[in-house]
Amino acid sequence: MSHMKFVDLEKKLISVARANPPSDRVPLAFEKRIMAIIMGRPVQDIWAAWAKALWYAAAPCVAIMLLFSGWALVQSYKNNQTPTVDLAQQLDNTLLAAVDQSNDSTR
Amino acid sequence: MERTEAELIAAVLKGDAASFEPLIEKYSPRVFATARRYARRDSEVEDIVQEVWLKAYQKLKSFRGEAPFEHWLMRLAVRTCYDFLRSHQRNRESAFSDLSEPEDDWLERFIHQPGAAREDSDAARQLVQRVLQHLSPPARLVITLLEIEDRSVKEISKLTGWSVPLVKVRAFRARAEMRKILGKIAKDKYL
Repeated sequence: MSHMKFVDLEKKLISVARANPPSDRVPLAFEKRIMAIIMGRPVQDIWAAWAKALWYAAAPCVAIMLLFSGWALVQSYKNNQTPTVDLAQQLDNTLLAAVDQSNDSTR
Repeated sequence: MERTEAELIAAVLKGDAASFEPLIEKYSPRVFATARRYARRDSEVEDIVQEVWLKAYQKLKSFRGEAPFEHWLMRLAVRTCYDFLRSHQRNRESAFSDLSEPEDDWLERFIHQPGAAREDSDAARQLVQRVLQHLSPPARLVITLLEIEDRSVKEISKLTGWSVPLVKVRAFRARAEMRKILGKIAKDKYL
């Protein structure tokens, strides 16, 4: 087929498409169907959405906390410390800091 | 008394969802005709139109009333149709050797006697659909809007959100793509 024929065929097909516009028929009660979907949608509750977002955020937060805890433990091992004793000692000191202070002041 | 479009839109924005129904009734024929240019099956057409209306309802706040509601809606419709074409891209492949007998006859008639190939025949319509289906989504959109609907480049730019130079580039590529497809038909049929 020659180039001219291609151009002619292209023009012919375009004119066929122009001569046959698609139907604008709307299915019966289509607007009712759309309205039913719109009306059936729950009204967005901002507080519920906020609570949902917080709930979704909880898991990543726990994951990050565990990651940093693990990292802290590894670091303390690397420093040749015994982490359990060290951490326990530090926890004791922190909890009993108030008692130690009051003992010091009574002396 | 019948309410104006602006009044209906204002009522919907105030929370009266029922006021949206007259807008659906009025503009659905246009949206259906647009969707039928890009999808063939009734179920697909209905899905597209449904999506257009749901988007229109959700995004109604963004309608500023500077242009007619119809223009805003048609922009939404064209973009939804384009999304549909892109999501159904893989359905494009089928060999042209699968042309039906009437399509083959129509082509044969066109080659030997172009005037005798009627434009209103079913075969011609099917052949157009087949060619359009083989175009890439941007090419199909631009050929439909520019060549078939006879819209200007500026109008297409507004409808699609593409810049004017991009529309021109895509139109050029679309025509090349179409010729390539027609060449493929000729090759499958005559070589």
